[in-house]
Amino acid sequence: MSLLQIEKLTLSIGGSQILRSIDISIEPGEIMGLVGESGSGKSMTALSIMKLLPPGARAGGRVQFDGIDILSAPEAAMCRLRGDDIGMIFQEPMTALNPVKTIGQQVAEGIRWHTGANRADAESRARAMLERVGLPEKEFPLTRYPHELSGGQRQRVVIAIACALKPKLLIADEPTTALDVVLQRQILTLLRELVNESGMSLLLISHDLAVVAEMTDRLTIIRDGAVMEAGETVQILSRKTHPYTRQLAEASTHVPARVAISKPGAGPSAAPLLEVEGLTRDYPVRPAGLFARASRFRAVDHVSFSIFPGQSVALVGRSGCGKSTLARMILALDRPSSGSIRFMGQEIGGRSEEALRPARRNMQVVFQDPYGSFDPRHRVERLVAEPLHLADEKPGAARRRDLVAEALEQVGLSPLDIDKYPHEFSGGQRQRLAIARAIITRPKLIVADEPVSALDVSIRAQILDLFADLNDRLGVAYLFITHDLRVARAITDTVLVMHEGKIVETGPTEIVLDNPRSDAARALLAAAPDLGLTLRKRLAQDTG
Amino acid sequence: MSLDPVPAPQRRRMRGALSNRSFLVGLVITGAVILMALVSFFWTPYDITRLAVANRLLGLSPEHPFGTDHMGRDIFSMIMIGARNSIAVAIVAVGIGMGVGVPLGTWAAARGGWADEVLMRANDVMFAFPALLSAVMITAIFGPGAVNAIIAIGIFNVPVFARVARAGALALWPREFILAARASGKGKVLITLEHILPNIAGLLLVQGTIQFALAILAEAGLSYLGLGAQPPMPSWGRMLFDAQTRIAVAPHLALFPGLAIVVTVLGLNLLGDGLRDVLDPRLRQER
Repeated sequence: MSLLQIEKLTLSIGGSQILRSIDISIEPGEIMGLVGESGSGKSMTALSIMKLLPPGARAGGRVQFDGIDILSAPEAAMCRLRGDDIGMIFQEPMTALNPVKTIGQQVAEGIRWHTGANRADAESRARAMLERVGLPEKEFPLTRYPHELSGGQRQRVVIAIACALKPKLLIADEPTTALDVVLQRQILTLLRELVNESGMSLLLISHDLAVVAEMTDRLTIIRDGAVMEAGETVQILSRKTHPYTRQLAEASTHVPARVAISKPGAGPSAAPLLEVEGLTRDYPVRPAGLFARASRFRAVDHVSFSIFPGQSVALVGRSGCGKSTLARMILALDRPSSGSIRFMGQEIGGRSEEALRPARRNMQVVFQDPYGSFDPRHRVERLVAEPLHLADEKPGAARRRDLVAEALEQVGLSPLDIDKYPHEFSGGQRQRLAIARAIITRPKLIVADEPVSALDVSIRAQILDLFADLNDRLGVAYLFITHDLRVARAITDTVLVMHEGKIVETGPTEIVLDNPRSDAARALLAAAPDLGLTLRKRLAQDTG
Repeated sequence: MSLDPVPAPQRRRMRGALSNRSFLVGLVITGAVILMALVSFFWTPYDITRLAVANRLLGLSPEHPFGTDHMGRDIFSMIMIGARNSIAVAIVAVGIGMGVGVPLGTWAAARGGWADEVLMRANDVMFAFPALLSAVMITAIFGPGAVNAIIAIGIFNVPVFARVARAGALALWPREFILAARASGKGKVLITLEHILPNIAGLLLVQGTIQFALAILAEAGLSYLGLGAQPPMPSWGRMLFDAQTRIAVAPHLALFPGLAIVVTVLGLNLLGDGLRDVLDPRLRQER
């Protein structure tokens, strides 16, 4: 008998149908993947199992867990179930922990509540659990607070809380989406070990087919609240019989078609567009005590590189390695501690805002978060036209409207969108808007800070196509900051690998990614999930 | 207080606002008081400058719904004109607070560093003074009167708005849309005007209604002490003072001005509360 049996689950919130018909069954000890794009109902399915639905939600159908009918169970019974037999891991390790409680308290809390154990027993169990998830007491005493831990360590604490009572089912909702690839690999390995040790079942929710292909036994693909395809992971992903599965698989391995760089002026013979030399940025660190000496944290450490006109360069590295700090200095949003940045032959460090205008006009930016990068109170025309502020002669109202309409067309949006507000667009469309804003001044360089990591695979493929296309048509050079090597491989010529503030490897993208020389690059590469490779490996295992 | 304004289409927001009970009740009460004050410019049931000692201390009657005072003046008419006085004082006082406090606060947030430090410490010093006592001191030095009361109340509104504006602006500055504006070469003043102010406007509006209620209370307090509006201009606080010695004979003299103050302050607080919910979709959902 299945541990969890979901039959014809439907869910509506305030008149809109979120789930249409979801059927999932999970056997004891099995890892089930739940895949879908944002808005497909993945998280709502998970919350239905926990019965943690938002107010006003109406669920129908049947959810049977270990002989209990969840949808009709009283709240008191659900409280006993949650955290005891069903554990849950959330996406964002920064907000899933209570900032004013120590990690020991947070792990022990659930143990005491559910088992009635006394404080000492609960603490010793918490200690053992934290040790198991890779936070041994010697280095991470129970008295640590969440803010004293890194993102990956926090996610381990969240896992410890979820697994402390040896649940029969663990639900992991995008557990690694907020982490870099190396941490992702560590957390996934930990989850797999825990499943193997305790025989619990795992429902792994993800939008990343490569992760799911690697981890899960079976797979359910949902779209718009309904199951598209379900079955053995390897079979589904290697046969790709369902058109939607094929579409997802193609999108996640998508490489935009690019015209080879043979543009005039490209190549090392031309003058570099951007030259960075010996760039360093120190941040003061608050002294630990009253008499301790103030120390410095070196975020960027003697970085030198150049970008030529029309060149597409990737800057890859783990989170916290200094990528974004470097980008901000190039954009003159942050001042370097030492070193020089020359853009189009002109030094930009330490210049006044007025003197920076020509440089700013030729250098624009696209940020990661398509939700945070627009003022929610302005209309598209004003948002996209913002960089026109840099023009020496401000265009008139009619001319401005034309320019915005043209930029919208270039990024594949309709000029009719000009009077809309940003919340009327989807995530992918907003990223197009961000690109439209970046190209309106016809810049020579666009710095893109993780421009596709917040997007679904199919949208990501479209945006990468757009970047590649603009590179071909307008000859814009890119500095692409990413922790995702697939993105780097898809659209860049040159790659810079950054590690702890230093550039540790540079070279043509294919050469570096096929034959990494530095440890940092090798670690990134080894950790990066790869759909094709995983499938081949697993197929070989099954037959061999 | 959310800084993630999610502007719903205007029409939907209006409907949401009107279905919020405290917002609706607050709006009706505040609207009624303001209407009363406006009407008093053109018409009051009786002329309150004419004394009719024969009619002194009358109880409630159809001719004088709230009765008359010790000089035979109609209390309802006095309350109408008193509303004018209270609202005028509160509007100007809150205006001074916003007009000075918001630029200071947003400037501190944009400038950072020592300027921010100096300004906020000065703010803390201001907060350390008991506002009403200091207002008493100011009017004692510069003489009693509506103008001095306004200035005294206004000064103590400045640090409140400076603090709210700074906190709101500080949370916005690291956001990506501000970075994008900086990458477009916009200076701090322009960014503050175009991006910061519209996004903290809701926050300031809510604080404004709360300060408005406090200003009305403060004005009533000062008038009660004889430091606010001077006779013959009626004010609610002064009416309370006049009623004090006759409370045993004519309790209605104290009842109606007191009710006017309570209802107005309550209405404004409800309005502020409702506004916060209306402007903050997150709080609304938690209901």
